[in-house]
This record gives sequence, C-alpha cells and structure tokens, in this order.
Amino acid sequence: MWESFLGLYNYWIVILLMMAGFYIVMSRHNLVKKLIGLSIFQSSVFLFYISVGKVADGTAPIIEEGISSYSNPLPHVLILTAIVVGVATTSLGLALVVRLKEAYGTIEEDEINEMDAAD
Amino acid sequence: MADHLPILQVILPLIAAPLCLLVRHALACWLIATLVSWLCLAIAVLLLHQVLDGGTIRYQLGNWVAPWGIEYVVDRLNGFILVIVAAIGAVVAPYALRSIDSELPERQIGLFYVMYLLCLAGLLGITITGDAFNVFVFLEISSLSSYALISMGRHRKALHAAYQYLVMGTIGATFFLIGVGLLYMMTGTLNMADLADQLKPLAGSRIVLAAFGFIVVGMGLKLAVFPLHLWLPNAYAHAPSTVSVFLAGTATKVSLYVVLRFIFTVFGFEFSFVNQPLGPALLVLAIAGIVVCSLVAIYQDNVKRLLAWSSVAQIGYMLLGLSFATAIGLQAGLLHMFNHAIIKAGLFLAMGCVFLRLGSCRIEAIAGVGRQMPWTMMGFLLCGLSLIGVPPTAGFVSKWYLVLAALEKGWWPVAALIVLTSLLAVVYVWKVVEVAWFRDPPGTAGRIGEAPLAMLVPLWIMVGANLWFGLETSGNVDVARAAATALMGAVQ
Repeated sequence: MWESFLGLYNYWIVILLMMAGFYIVMSRHNLVKKLIGLSIFQSSVFLFYISVGKVADGTAPIIEEGISSYSNPLPHVLILTAIVVGVATTSLGLALVVRLKEAYGTIEEDEINEMDAAD
Repeated sequence: MADHLPILQVILPLIAAPLCLLVRHALACWLIATLVSWLCLAIAVLLLHQVLDGGTIRYQLGNWVAPWGIEYVVDRLNGFILVIVAAIGAVVAPYALRSIDSELPERQIGLFYVMYLLCLAGLLGITITGDAFNVFVFLEISSLSSYALISMGRHRKALHAAYQYLVMGTIGATFFLIGVGLLYMMTGTLNMADLADQLKPLAGSRIVLAAFGFIVVGMGLKLAVFPLHLWLPNAYAHAPSTVSVFLAGTATKVSLYVVLRFIFTVFGFEFSFVNQPLGPALLVLAIAGIVVCSLVAIYQDNVKRLLAWSSVAQIGYMLLGLSFATAIGLQAGLLHMFNHAIIKAGLFLAMGCVFLRLGSCRIEAIAGVGRQMPWTMMGFLLCGLSLIGVPPTAGFVSKWYLVLAALEKGWWPVAALIVLTSLLAVVYVWKVVEVAWFRDPPGTAGRIGEAPLAMLVPLWIMVGANLWFGLETSGNVDVARAAATALMGAVQ
C-alpha cells in the first residue's frame, strides 16, 4: 500500500500543484496573482507529461552502444510545445494587466468590477 | 496541387500572418487578408466537393505515416465546418476595411490583420487535423489571437473582457491538454483514428473516463456551455465590431466540432451515451442555458451584449440536438450550428454598421435609427426573424428539425419548450426593432446616413444566405444529414 502510494509521488505532486494553482485562479482578486495561479496550474500539467514519459530504469533517449532502455521522448517534445504556449499566455496576460492598470489605475478585480458597473 | 489542398487550407493564412506583420501598411494588409480569406473559402468548398464525391481525404504531413506522423483528415463533418468558418472569414474580411478603420488607431490596423489571419489559421487547423495534440496547438493559436483581437475594443472594458477570457480559455485548454495526456498514457498514440481503435477495449478504465471528463469540460468552457459561459457576453460586447462578427460566427462552432469529434469518433457513441449519461446531462444544461440566457438577453441595454447572451442560448439549441443522441437530433444540431453562424454574423454585421455611424450600440442611442439607416436595420430585422425561427428563413429550418427530433423521441414537453423559448427571442428582437423604428431619435443627434456599401454588401450577403437556406434547403440539410449519419454510422 505505502509502496505504491510513495512510488507514485510525482503524480501526487502534480495533483497538489494543480489544485493549488486552480484554487489561486479562482480565489484571488489580484490580476497578477491570478496569472501566477494559472502558471502553476499549467506547470503541473508539464510535470504530468514528463512523468508519463519516464520509463523505469530508462536513460535519456540517445542512441549509444549499451543503451537498450530509454525514456519515451515524445511526451517531452509535446510538452516543449505546451511550455511555449504557456509562456505566450502568461506574457499576453501580463501585457493585458499593464494595459488594465493604465486604464483603471488598479489591478484589483473588485475595484475594476465596481468601475465597470458605474459606467 | 489538388492533392495538397488540406495543408494549403491552414498554411495559407498561417504564412500570410507574418507577411502582414512585415508589411504593416494598413491597406496592403487588408488586401492580403481578403485575398487569403477568399482563397481559403475556395479551398474549403473544393475540399467539401471532393469529400462528398470521393469519401474521406487523408493527408500525411511530410509523408510521415499516420499513427506516428500528423495526419489531416477531411470527412463530411469537418468539410462542412471548414466551409462555415472560411465563409464567415470571406465575408468578414472585406467588411473589416471600413469598420476597423473607424474603430482602431492607425498603427494597430496592420496588427489587427495579423491577429485575424492567425485566428483564422487556428480555427481551420483545429477543424482539419486528425491528431489530438495538434488540436491543442491550433486551439491555442486561435485563442491567443482572439484574446488580442478582443482587447483591441475601444472601451477599457474590452481589456477586462479579454483578461477574463484569457483566464477561462486557458483553464479550458489546459483541461483539454490533461485529457489528451491521459489518453496518451493509456494508448501511446495521439492519432484520432488510432485512438478510437485502441480505446475500444479500454472502455471500463477509470483513466479513460477521467480523460473524457477533462476533454468535455475543457471544450465546454471554450464552447460556452451554459454554466461555463461567463466569459462570452463581455468578450462579444466589447470587442471591435468585426471581431464580434468573426468570433460569433466561428469560434464556438469550432469548439462544438471538437466536442462532437471526441465524443463520437474518438470515444465512440457507446462510451459517451450508453456507458455515461452524457445525453441527459447535456439535455439539462441545454434547456437551462436556453431559458436562463434568453431571459437575461431580454434585460440587456446594449444590443451587442443582448446578441451575445442570445448566442449562449442558441448554443443550448445545438447541444439539445446533440443530447437526443439520434441521427435526426444530431442533424438538427449541425444545421443549427450552420444557421446560427449566418444568423449571428448577420446581426453583428448590422450592429457594426450602426456602431460606425452612431459610435454606440446602446438601446437608447439607436432610437429612430431604422428610418435613418433603412438598409442596415432591414438586414437586422430579417436576420432577427431568422433567429426567432420564422419561415421562410434559415432559422426556421433548424428549429423545425429540432422539434421533429424531439417528437421522434416522444419528448413533446421538449418540443413545446423549443417553440416557447422562441417566443423569448421574439421579445428581445422586438425590443431592438421597436426602438429603432418607432421611437424618435434623441434630440441632440444630427442627421446620419446609411452605412457605406463596403459594409452593406457583406451584411446583405448574410441576409441573402438566411433567406436562401430557408427556401432552398436541399444543400445544407443533405450535407448535415450525411455528416450526422457518418458520425452515428457505427451504431446503426
């Protein structure tokens, strides 16, 4: 029981990070904090894909004499794409926050909502 | 050349986008965007023709064989969706010239076309690809560009709307990514056809069930299914007029396509509807969405926001067709997807014309505009009738099939509900029409003219399409039937 529980520790970390990130996105009203939560949420998925690709006792996927068992490189390549997407999302989000700060003078969502309701 | 149409469909706008970025000149960018949009429509129509005549087209990218390489697949279903997306693009591009010119600062106009082309490439890519991970990549290309497009709106609320959409859209896309990851973990493949084969023996697996949940909920966010729709009204209401037209006609339709593709082709009918209670779940959400959002639409004081809420309600009708889990229900859903694209595009096009002349889409601002811009508001009225579902318009045809599908199931309360909720559409369309024609313009307003021809022609093309597909129903009804039977084919 404990063996399999601890043996899957990377997946427990994934779930922990995923829930923490998701909770931050939903509960914080500060626009930058929300984006930080979103980044943590996305990072947990990166870890998940990397865990999926790992083969027990496998090495890095390099063709070399004496290497017979290696990790699956495909999930790693996939997640490189997703990391690029994540960076693009975060930077676009932060750019929007800069513009919001210029337009509203605040980055607290409640205050922005109040100003939106007023006009 | 003809063999390479599937890749050209995506690569043309994808190459044209950086080209516009280099050119930056507003008029030149517009020419490129319009030309590319028209070429895309031509390619989409050719592809649909090939598919209807010769069956499914499979295109191996870079000649890498299917389960390993990425494959583009065009069948009757996505051939149909490609035509919808490309057609809306082809109508929007010429319209953008005057509309965008008046709504964006000079230095942003070139960038607008870059984002528009990227969004088009992303939407076409999602539709055409046969690879699950590729869907995610194109999904993010189209989403990131649409966040930027929405944030270009004139009012500062557009920024807030874009931010909210960014947060919710990213959560949706990440859910989808988790789902695809779980599927890969179980099967070791990303090709949709291969996934479908490998998932058959795994139907009882809890991991596959989790993947199903993540994918349906994630795409549900992008699709704005009823309780997940909160980003949509603000995004459509505050985006530049052209962007509202384009997104209202394409974005949610493509998301619905992804849902259909996964629940029918990848997971299979039996897994989705027999093993899981997807049908009743969708039925409840669809009905709740139709009723609540139609009621909310009635109380809006901005016409674009009103139309946006009505969009969420109309998505409910499409899901209602799907929730019947019958061939005719699915056909009705697909037809409504097509018809709603041309209806909502038409309505938002008309509002773009009004915005050009009045600088506002608020209800009190449009008082009397019907007499000053008769062609624009006539177009709005005709598309509005189609939205309600009055014969002989396109909206009537899809509502008719929805009612037929409900009756076939013997669910007459649902059929009655479809008719009753159409009356709610009468209320909100009438609200606009009454103010536009039967109220005097506010005293301060000067005399305004009709919208320019460059904007009226796209509007009336959409109005014409609404009437054409209401009278001459054989074309799109047959394609929708062929697509629906192809999806249901495995079970009947």
